[in-house]
Amino acid sequence: MNFHKNHRRLVLVSFFVFLLLSTGIAVLPAFQMQEQNAPLPGQPELSDLELNGLRVYIAEGCVACHTQQVRSIEMDKTWGSRPSIPSDYYYSKKRMDFWRQSPSILGSERTGPDLTNIGARQPSEEWHYLHLYNPRLVVEESVMPSYPWLFEEKEDPAATDVVLNLPGDTSSGTGKTKIVAGDQAIALVAYLKSLKQEPLPESISPGFIPSRKKTGGTDGEVPAGLPDGAALYTQTCAACHQAQGQGLPGAFPALAGSPIVNDSDPETLIRIILQGYDARPEFAAMPPFASQLSDEEVAAIATHERSSWGNDAAPVTAEEVQKIRETIEQTIQ
Amino acid sequence: MDHWFFSPGIVTTVVLTLVVLGAAALILIAQVNKYLEKMQKQTNAKDKLAFSEQLINLESEEVDQVLEARRKALHFRLTGKELGTALKPVDQRGLVSKLSQDPDRPFFSEKKTDRKVVHTPPALTRLIMAYLVGATFWLVFGTLVGQYLGMKFVLPELDSLSWLSFGRLRPVHTNTVFWGWSSLAMIGLAYYVVTRTSNNTIYSYRWGWTAFWLINTMVVAGNLCLMAGINNGGGEYREYIWPVALLFILALLITFFNFYKTIARRKIGEIYISNWYILAGLLWTMVLAVIGYLPFSGLGETVTQGYYMHQGVGMWFMTFTLGLIYYYLPSSLNKPIYSYSLGVLAFWTQMLFYTMIGTHHFVFSPLPWWLQTVAIVFSAGMFIPVVAGTTNFLMTMKGSWKAISSSYVLPFFLIGVIFYFVGSTQGSVQSLRFTNDLWHFTDFNVAHSHMTMYGIISFILWACIYAIVPGLSLREPRQLMVGMHFWLAFIGLLAYTVPLMIGGSLKGMSWIEGKPFIESVTLMIPFWIWRAIGGTMMFLSHLVFAWNIYTMLKPIRKAKTQAI
Repeated sequence: MNFHKNHRRLVLVSFFVFLLLSTGIAVLPAFQMQEQNAPLPGQPELSDLELNGLRVYIAEGCVACHTQQVRSIEMDKTWGSRPSIPSDYYYSKKRMDFWRQSPSILGSERTGPDLTNIGARQPSEEWHYLHLYNPRLVVEESVMPSYPWLFEEKEDPAATDVVLNLPGDTSSGTGKTKIVAGDQAIALVAYLKSLKQEPLPESISPGFIPSRKKTGGTDGEVPAGLPDGAALYTQTCAACHQAQGQGLPGAFPALAGSPIVNDSDPETLIRIILQGYDARPEFAAMPPFASQLSDEEVAAIATHERSSWGNDAAPVTAEEVQKIRETIEQTIQ
Repeated sequence: MDHWFFSPGIVTTVVLTLVVLGAAALILIAQVNKYLEKMQKQTNAKDKLAFSEQLINLESEEVDQVLEARRKALHFRLTGKELGTALKPVDQRGLVSKLSQDPDRPFFSEKKTDRKVVHTPPALTRLIMAYLVGATFWLVFGTLVGQYLGMKFVLPELDSLSWLSFGRLRPVHTNTVFWGWSSLAMIGLAYYVVTRTSNNTIYSYRWGWTAFWLINTMVVAGNLCLMAGINNGGGEYREYIWPVALLFILALLITFFNFYKTIARRKIGEIYISNWYILAGLLWTMVLAVIGYLPFSGLGETVTQGYYMHQGVGMWFMTFTLGLIYYYLPSSLNKPIYSYSLGVLAFWTQMLFYTMIGTHHFVFSPLPWWLQTVAIVFSAGMFIPVVAGTTNFLMTMKGSWKAISSSYVLPFFLIGVIFYFVGSTQGSVQSLRFTNDLWHFTDFNVAHSHMTMYGIISFILWACIYAIVPGLSLREPRQLMVGMHFWLAFIGLLAYTVPLMIGGSLKGMSWIEGKPFIESVTLMIPFWIWRAIGGTMMFLSHLVFAWNIYTMLKPIRKAKTQAI
């Protein structure tokens, strides 16, 4: 085989060997992944509205900064209760249309948070609309672009319109107009709200690979202190209630100086964290956090809230949270 | 910090290794020193012996003569007229071409310009120039977009136009510099290599022009689609929808046959190694572009995405550019490549190893574990072609280091080759599960891609362009401007990548420690500012480069208008 003098042989060999390798490493595995795939039992199909939202998600290039994959390493525990599996993508990763392929939603950069479970983590529609209209309204440090073109300005919105309650005077234009969510924003928010991890029985769920050694052997024993309440608050609560607990007028209530937070009996506060809250029409609904936070974490957050931003109330213990959680579960049953 | 990075085991290992290496270095230095001293002593002793023998053998008159001569020598004084004469200088044989009494650059040394004039058919020169000018335009446009995007990390409210939003503009940047800048420049430069090494004219100029317009049309149409929000699904580097990408595949097909027919009609027996890489690069890229656009759904699409995005870099840009180095580097140094066989070895291992490693972009993802492992293993195997290539290029340069400092072309090659080694090795290491844990999804990736696509590909392309264009247009660029291009690009790249690597590592550590996500955003701000600074320098260097291209091109345009 003299490749140095025979151009035909050189070209044919490099072509066919490459084709063979490519078939083995890409085409066959891809085919296999496509065929051996089924939705989980009970996994909801995407509605037409949600599918439209996915199209907006792709058109706007959200995948450039947001991943949708919980990897099997410990740091990704923040983004879901279990690592992602192929079935999770059964309904979303279908070919979009004749012109466009199946959307690449797994992503390769995490400049913004992973969105695998955003529907569960942040179920508040109002929050999503405000955040899309201008992310810095709800998350001061955010570097995400604003998407004003997904919204419309209207002088007198219809009753069916989704009107944004902009905190302060941030609405553009004359001030008389209202900002109303456009069709694309409505679809996108519906899609984001649909992003929830389908639970898997623990026995068959793939586990996380621990990425670092545990410190000091505290794991497994009853911890002497509570987890870091300030960090948990930043992670779980600050998106709505804001970093200084000041809330957003018209959208999310303030915690600083709140009578519920400062109540000497923390039961209502704990109940709201566990069960959610939707009793005040002027504010958006708060989702329940019982399934996402442990007793220790709820206690840490409540203690942090009760001792920060001028609040001054007694700390909360994990036992108190546990007791209230049990009562709630009993009343439901 | 209780991070695994600082665990006693790792720290100790690193320190121990450093101690061993340090000790080894010290020992080596001491040994060499000792040996040199010994050699020196021996020489001194020999000289002494020879001198005393000489003295003993001298007659007394001879001694007087020697002493007299020495006395005269010690009392010699300069008259001040030794270096000049009263005669006027005359250049009787016409050897002097340029007389300068007043060097225009007191701070910079003059680089060599005595290149041989390259005789190419004017039609070929025009074709190559068209590709290079097109490439330069897209470089300036693409990096302007990139620079704008880099600023958006620090100033997210820079604009609120849908067509200029980050998500839509990011693929405009990547695709423009990929297909517009790098691909056009590569193909243009290859036209020269293929004809030159085949000792023949190109098979069809028309095909060359067709491919040129196809690629340009593709970039224009693709970018307009992207900005309008029409993309293929967000998979990196295949964001153009298939009718647009088809133009590129057609252009590749045409170019392939044009080169293949030229090489088939070559007037020399052997197919020069450059042509191996160039032909294979075209072939492989057509295959992978077709596979990349196959209609897979579910995670099948993710498998092809990993395969496509990595091969786009490995089988197209890297393979093709290597082919260019194998011609332009030795020809700039005016000597043959160090080892032809090493080039052949690198060729086959490039095909074997590079093809298998796409899934390393999806380590720990829901893709099959075996696929990830194969990708990681072969990533480590990439060390073979990389070391083979680097060795070959450095050994070719060896012995010509003087030529590098006296040339404005070779520094670009040197930086490109160094980045070839550093960037590729760093990429291999990054695919390991351990490092992937820390760096994946962070800005470290962005640093890596710029180290390779910019540090390797762009620097090599500039080297080739500066090596060939003055020979074609018979007009030198201003050396000061070439130097400015080089240093702005090089320092800019370092100011861009190093902060992103540091920031990316800090980001990864912050995630591993389970800190709130927003902290990983705010901690990046200073590093993003550095990225914007580095990016600005890189962009400025491209303006300088465009200016250089313009100055080198002027005579061609003049010649053309005269002909009309």
